[in-house]
Amino acid sequence: MSHHEPLIRDSLSGKVLMNTEVKAERCYQCGKCSAGCPVVDQMDIPPSQLLRLLQTEIPSNDEKILRSHTIWLCLNCEMCIGRCPMEVDIPPMMDFLRSESIRRKMVNPKAGNIIAFHRSFLESIRYTGRLFELGLVLSYKSKTFHLFQDAGLAPEMIAKGKLGFIPERIKKVADMKRIFSRTLKKGVQS
Amino acid sequence: MARIGVFVCHCGENISATVDCDRVAENASGLPGVVHSVDYKYMCSDPGQTLIKEAIKEHKLTGVVVAACSPRMHEPTFRKACAEAGLNPFLCEMANVREHCSWVHEKTESTTQKAKDVVRLLVEKVKRNEALQPIKVPVTKKAVVIGGGVAGIQASLDIANGGHQVLLVEREPSIGGHMSQLSETFPTLDCSQCILTPRMVEVAQHPNITLWSYSEVIGLDGFIGNFTVKIRKKAKSIDEHLCTGCGLCTQKCPVRKIPSEFEQGLGTRPAIYTPFPQAVPNKPVIDKLNCTYYLKGRCKLCERVCPTQAIRFDQPDEIVEVQAGAIVLATGYDIKRTDFFPEYGYGKYKDVIDGLQFERLASASGPTGGMIRRPSDGQIPKNIVFVACAGSRDPAKGIEYCSKICCMYTAKHAMLYKHKVHDGTPYVFYMDIRAAGKDYDEFTRRAIEVDRTKYIRGRVSRIYEKEGKLVVVGADTLLGGQKVEIEADMVVLATASVANPGSEELAQIVHVSYDRYKFFAEAHPKLKPVETNTAGIFLAGACQAPKDIPESVSAASGAAAKVLGLFANDELTREPLVAVVNRMAPPLFSTCIGCFLCQPVCPYNAIEREEFKTRDGKLLKAVARINPGLCQGCGTCVALCRSKSIDLYGYSNKQIYTEVSALLDEALV
Repeated sequence: MSHHEPLIRDSLSGKVLMNTEVKAERCYQCGKCSAGCPVVDQMDIPPSQLLRLLQTEIPSNDEKILRSHTIWLCLNCEMCIGRCPMEVDIPPMMDFLRSESIRRKMVNPKAGNIIAFHRSFLESIRYTGRLFELGLVLSYKSKTFHLFQDAGLAPEMIAKGKLGFIPERIKKVADMKRIFSRTLKKGVQS
Repeated sequence: MARIGVFVCHCGENISATVDCDRVAENASGLPGVVHSVDYKYMCSDPGQTLIKEAIKEHKLTGVVVAACSPRMHEPTFRKACAEAGLNPFLCEMANVREHCSWVHEKTESTTQKAKDVVRLLVEKVKRNEALQPIKVPVTKKAVVIGGGVAGIQASLDIANGGHQVLLVEREPSIGGHMSQLSETFPTLDCSQCILTPRMVEVAQHPNITLWSYSEVIGLDGFIGNFTVKIRKKAKSIDEHLCTGCGLCTQKCPVRKIPSEFEQGLGTRPAIYTPFPQAVPNKPVIDKLNCTYYLKGRCKLCERVCPTQAIRFDQPDEIVEVQAGAIVLATGYDIKRTDFFPEYGYGKYKDVIDGLQFERLASASGPTGGMIRRPSDGQIPKNIVFVACAGSRDPAKGIEYCSKICCMYTAKHAMLYKHKVHDGTPYVFYMDIRAAGKDYDEFTRRAIEVDRTKYIRGRVSRIYEKEGKLVVVGADTLLGGQKVEIEADMVVLATASVANPGSEELAQIVHVSYDRYKFFAEAHPKLKPVETNTAGIFLAGACQAPKDIPESVSAASGAAAKVLGLFANDELTREPLVAVVNRMAPPLFSTCIGCFLCQPVCPYNAIEREEFKTRDGKLLKAVARINPGLCQGCGTCVALCRSKSIDLYGYSNKQIYTEVSALLDEALV
């Protein structure tokens, strides 16, 4: 960073830099990330364009990013960073943008299911230290009311022992809870 | 009796794919006078040449025809091979069966027939070839370099350091050119004047360099090695030998409000002036168009204050002729003003300036002492917009080509601005960032990543004034054309680099060709980049095409190397393909009747009057004589001569007629 430049910048790009060390200016808009992204077809803004919006440091563009569906669709598969010639680390940036979107109450209306899934997943981890599949399914369905989605798969999964009825637990569940509460105290949203 | 050898080349498949080469060779062996005929895959290769050399010795050949490519490609190769085998090189001819035959026809019987015909013509011609000796002309080992920018300076120094005399002619009162106006240079950001002025001083001090500033080339005669350059030394209205460069006159001159050319109109100068403090020579000139004495006949204040009485109001322009062996053109470039872009408001808004003006603003020696202050009110701009491609790559209103240097200098400008105005924001509107060069892309990335210049991909559509701000309207094409409006305090247009005004006129004076943009044309875009089509005249720097400093300097050193190569010879060897007026025994002397119609048509002024006189000086006859040093063998005089007294060596009337009748005889059969 230039010695002439204030370290703290108000723009979203400045916050991304502070929290994730991802420097949006490095992107030169080659488009390789968008070209390789497996979910780009579903996104409302391709990842490369999201970076361009970030570079402009215009408040309306910042808001466009935080209100986008893209940040929720990102799978963190890391195809983009694996291929980026300028090493712009998109996945951690997307993580930050999601939390920022929730913090500023700008969550895309289409992201409800995704957030519900994330929450259900983390709840399972928080209380058992492991992923309890049935618990995850029930929690997700209760949050989204998608009661019958994929229900037809259940009998076969139960028959194959893929869907246990009793959750497995780690030995020190209390430690896991402590990790969660400490992280939450730091201000990162679950 | 003629003993001709024919050598048919396949040129890999270039010829043999459409022409049946063995049959051409076989057919040639039956032609009268041909004693040897072969075909070979690559005649220009070493074994191919050996084939020719051995055949010359073995068959005692008196003439050689090589059926291959254009003589422009390999005639020198084969003539040299013949000379090595002891045959006069001008007894070797090339039958062009590639460009004139195999490349332009399908594979048919008539293509092979055409190749046979072409070979036959040349066999008939070569029988009538004469053994010619090359012409030697002396070389004047002095170079004239036109233009004293960085390219002209470099070329002059390189030639002078090679041990030869150089006359450097500069139109302005000082050498230095555009480079002396620049603040800092990309990609190293070193101060332009700091690196240039030592070279300027070296020019002034070099024993081999004569510097004529405030001078212009107005005429050129002669040819390579023997040019006569006519130069106008414009009256400086001072005696340079008496003037000490003290500067008193420039301080006292009452006319002070003349816009300074050096400061790009951002500063002023008096009527008697040196363009900038480090000028070389550091002696003033009087600008006659603005001097009160020249306008109204009174004032002469400078004359009164001059401690050495060096002012000469009555000094006339001087026209001098100089002999030179080589010319280097280094007249540089100009920038296109953007008056033709009314939507950008250049000339209308004071704070819309061009790149060279920004250089002066950023320069420590400039009108603001290096502070970035806008021209209108001297405020420091907090938002500054740079517009790249202002006129370049714009076939409709500007120029078609890429001006090449703007991407880099715009990045540099943004950086210089940011280094001086830390809380300001530089924006750049661009189409592409063309930063090809050593450390160039790294430089533009630095402007973006380190100095955080806001690059916006898109052309600016218009600039208008609103409440003291310049509103720059553009679009971000990377965001699907999202509209961008920036309220700027100052706008810098990276205007196109164009040929210098007067370059067309100069090209006509020195007889070099120029392109449709009025840049001087090189002899070959890849292989002869510093030569012109006129032998002995070379190109250096941006008079040829937009070039940055490293490129200009390399081209200048390249041109200097060519000049030094030329000067390494005491005399030049030229092909003897020149016109001659025939001679015969007295009292006729020549069939020339002395009409001298040939004289005015000769483009090279090569035709002189020759008089035959008796011992007591009585004129017997006056005939034309052609100076073989000047003649370029164009043949215009041959065609015009009413008494058929002029002939062209290598392409005599006899040879041409023989070729034609050889073709017709066969056709009639």
